[in-house]
Amino acid sequence: MTSTTQEKSAGSFSKIWNAYGMLLIFAVIFVCSCLFIPNFATVVNMKGLGLAISMSGIVACGMLFCLAAGEIDLSVASVIACAGVVTAVVINMTQSVSVGILAGLGLGIAVGLINGFVIAKLKINSLITTLATMQIARGLGYIISDGKAVGITKEEFFELGYQDIFGVPLPIVFTIICIAIFGFLLSKTTYGRNTLAIGGNQEASRLAGINVDRTKLIIFVVSGFVSALAGVILAARMTSGQPMTSVGFELVAISACVLGGVSLNGGVAKISFIIAGVLILGTIENAMNLLNISPFAQYVVRGLILLIAVIFDKYKQKFIKS
Amino acid sequence: MQVPYLEFDNVSKSFPGVKALQNVSFKCYEGKVHALMGENGAGKSTLLKILSGNYLPTEGKLSVGGRQLVFRNTKEALLAGVAIIYQELNIVPEMTVAENLCLGQLPHSFGIVNKAELIERTQKYLDKLDLNISPDTPLKELSIGQWQMIEIAKALSRGAKIIAFDEPTSSLSAPEIEKLFSVINELRDEGKVILYVSHRMEEIFRISDEITVLKDGQFVETFSDLSKITNDDLVRSMVGRNLGDIYHYRPREVGDTRLKITHLSGQKLKGDFSLTVRAGEVLGLFGLVGAGRSELLKVIFGADPSVSGTIELDGKTISVRSPKEAIEQGIVLCPEDRKKEGIIPTATVGENINISARRSHNFLKFIINEKWEKKNAEQQRQQMNVKTPSIQQLIVNLSGGNQQKAILGRWLSEDIKVLLLDEPTRGIDVGAKSEIYDLIFKLADQKLAIIVVSSDLPEVIGVSDRIMVMRSHQITGVIERADATEEKVLKLAMVESKAA
Repeated sequence: MTSTTQEKSAGSFSKIWNAYGMLLIFAVIFVCSCLFIPNFATVVNMKGLGLAISMSGIVACGMLFCLAAGEIDLSVASVIACAGVVTAVVINMTQSVSVGILAGLGLGIAVGLINGFVIAKLKINSLITTLATMQIARGLGYIISDGKAVGITKEEFFELGYQDIFGVPLPIVFTIICIAIFGFLLSKTTYGRNTLAIGGNQEASRLAGINVDRTKLIIFVVSGFVSALAGVILAARMTSGQPMTSVGFELVAISACVLGGVSLNGGVAKISFIIAGVLILGTIENAMNLLNISPFAQYVVRGLILLIAVIFDKYKQKFIKS
Repeated sequence: MQVPYLEFDNVSKSFPGVKALQNVSFKCYEGKVHALMGENGAGKSTLLKILSGNYLPTEGKLSVGGRQLVFRNTKEALLAGVAIIYQELNIVPEMTVAENLCLGQLPHSFGIVNKAELIERTQKYLDKLDLNISPDTPLKELSIGQWQMIEIAKALSRGAKIIAFDEPTSSLSAPEIEKLFSVINELRDEGKVILYVSHRMEEIFRISDEITVLKDGQFVETFSDLSKITNDDLVRSMVGRNLGDIYHYRPREVGDTRLKITHLSGQKLKGDFSLTVRAGEVLGLFGLVGAGRSELLKVIFGADPSVSGTIELDGKTISVRSPKEAIEQGIVLCPEDRKKEGIIPTATVGENINISARRSHNFLKFIINEKWEKKNAEQQRQQMNVKTPSIQQLIVNLSGGNQQKAILGRWLSEDIKVLLLDEPTRGIDVGAKSEIYDLIFKLADQKLAIIVVSSDLPEVIGVSDRIMVMRSHQITGVIERADATEEKVLKLAMVESKAA
């Protein structure tokens, strides 16, 4: 019957839209920017754009799993700053780049462990827990650095931020690897499926034999780890550990996830969502910079985009239902 | 001739891919209880949602009190005097009786709640329903039956003329059901139009004046004279065939003791429980709400921590500290509340089936084996007769019976020894019920030890080899199948046993 085939094609359209709709919107924005914004479609600008979104790309990977499990991690920005400072201080102290990096990453894992333990084992709300560790990590960064940027003396470390592989800067390579790994984890492993199940219905997941506490612990440790990784890379790019960097960056990561279509209620997430979210946010910011829009106005624009995206998402779901 | 107050006129509702209702027409009169029956997926819930303004019908009209209309939202339905008492009650447990009753219509002056008027208004309706509850009591301190009464009071306080009940007795105790029925009878005598949706035959015959049967979204027939029809007529009308004995019980050989529990108690399980279930035996666990049946199953399954006692499986003492440990040793539980504890609503049917058993089929313990997943989900879907367009469908889009079958499929993907079923057929239609009973017996033939918890007396007696009765966290008796009668079981469940 024609009506059923129509319904079927409508169903598959909404499926495709759900998975790739935001990527499509990114493509439109990107093409428009190329056509209408001077200096947008240049190699230099593309590299700059790539570097700008590499940070949010990495951090959003960890955040994706938190949101998918119905939790949230507000401590990521502080971990970025603190891990950068720790890396800088340890490199200067030991004159060893690798020890410094390990120390920075270790800091991220430690914060993640604390978050995970308090949230999973002690059953404290993740919003409150990570709000607390966010301030603790920020404060530790200031204490360790004495409130000032810590210049790094070993120049090999800076290669992490500037080295190219076939013309692609290392931070972008790291981001691509991260997204590939997390995409695989989310859709092809029990870890990812269990994360989604917990976000969908935590009690039912527990009664289905999923070790909810352990899964949540891992989610927060991983989120701490990737944030620290972003922090180390940022320190390399800035040639110093800066305790005041990335304030409010957790909101960028959450915005990117939500913009892409990750549900804050948990249970609904795809890696394509954060790719789209990160690319859209990054491209618009880049375009605004090229157009010389004031930073104050940029805040307004970013907020509006997020608001429109979530309203659009809600409306779309209603439209499909009726 | 009496004029119908509420009329459904050729009402249809389609969703993408599904026709939930097709040209349904029937009439309800003032001062009559009109029962709505049909299997799960027959369209009863859709019909109620159209009546309450949650759904807009694709075609057709309602007429209320002679006016043709369609409710575009729930507010319009409320204004027209429609109130629905849902299975899942819309209450705020932290708030008081009075606040819940007047929710959305709190009497106030300039935004400040007028407490005296609030209490007075509430008391009026509590008195009307003969409820001995203080308006100041927080709802969380009351029972589900009392919550329901508050919902009815709320409906009355809003001047409802049409009151629809959706499976109102599914979690009530026997005295609460009596209370509900007397209230419904009063409302009928006052000339309200009552719609009553239920799966329980005895209730339907006791309470209703007319019965309309739906099947697969279509109107089948309306029975106006109930004295002329029997249980069997109704079942035949609902399923289109005569089911006869829906249990198909046959005696089977039982083996050695499979599950043995000694002096078990838990944090939420107050008593001290000892019981044995043999391989191939079905143990029925009957008790009224609050008897501690679900709590007992949860402790055996490791979902609630045990405080004392031992669990033995095939003669060996085992440790069960989490559902994961229970499942790994072959003990599984189908929980009572499918929506809260059973399904993962955001996941597909296939995902819901594979979620547990996949752990023994993964590559390197954590990489999904897609081929096995697909094969297993398809196999369970066929074996359990889960009605779904595909295993890729989200499980929330299935009817309750099919969700339950999917969850059973989840456990049949495992190598299980003990199956714990908590209200396995609650809110499920006759056809799916019969399939689940058949499955229980098939699994018993395969030497599983099975415990079935149920508040449905005929069901407990129909499926069990032995019936254990509980009351306020104590075992009050064990009855063999041959000796079991409804009276005996109910007596053990209700009456205070006097110390001799």
